[in-house]
Amino acid sequence: MTEPAPDAARPYVRYIDKTRAYYLSQGYEKPYAWANNASAPFTPLSKPLSASTVTLISTSEIAIKGDPRFDDDPETRAKGNVYDVPSATPAAMLYSRTQSYDRYATTLDDPNAYFPLDRLHEAVARGRLGKIAGNCLGVYNAYSQRKTVERDAPEVLGQCRAMGVDVAILVPV
Amino acid sequence: MGLVCRVVEEAGVPTVCVSTGRDITALVRPPRSYFVNAPMGNNFGAAGDVATQSRILRAVLALAVEARDPGLILDDVLQWPAPFAFNPAPATPEAIAKQLRK
Repeated sequence: MTEPAPDAARPYVRYIDKTRAYYLSQGYEKPYAWANNASAPFTPLSKPLSASTVTLISTSEIAIKGDPRFDDDPETRAKGNVYDVPSATPAAMLYSRTQSYDRYATTLDDPNAYFPLDRLHEAVARGRLGKIAGNCLGVYNAYSQRKTVERDAPEVLGQCRAMGVDVAILVPV
Repeated sequence: MGLVCRVVEEAGVPTVCVSTGRDITALVRPPRSYFVNAPMGNNFGAAGDVATQSRILRAVLALAVEARDPGLILDDVLQWPAPFAFNPAPATPEAIAKQLRK
């Protein structure tokens, strides 16, 4: 299934037009052009989940309380567009800096709603998952297909390979 | 994020994209997607709803194992209890200044 679900009883937000207007309001020079792909690559999972290493990758601007990498100070801010969040970080230490969500409908107060680290640890404890990779990853929205494909995605791939990741869960926010 | 999924998957690491934006996901076409019809930031359900977060994570992991069709989008059953849209924070002073400089 690749087309929008035709279930009128459960309409969903059309983000493409809305985010185009939002990016313009944020000072971006040109409307964002979404990728439009007719096919998708595919790699089967090569081992059982119970023996697999999993990581979380998020554009939620997930941050760690007290970590100077997430301060506004340019001297201490993390360099680059991809950064690590140690998977041993307690969820209570995580928060999101993003502003691009419906602030009238929800909050980002519970990281597990968009960065379910506690739920992953529980899945490992139950034996459903092998383990969580040493790091989860944050990726800042690049607002550029080229930068995403040529700069950020290879960095994510390299870090996944270095950590022996078998399957990655990616969560756009 | 769908583009990152495609690059990572193409290089041999399976991915699942957990999306709240179905129109974007259908266009970008990540290898495997799990769509949750919830406000942005609630990809795994509501804040504090541990049962739903666990259920969605189980479904996402199952999709990693069971998907066979590249580009598949699987729809979660969640019905968000109230209307929602896309109402991000207003433009920052920096963004407004950038607009004015154009």
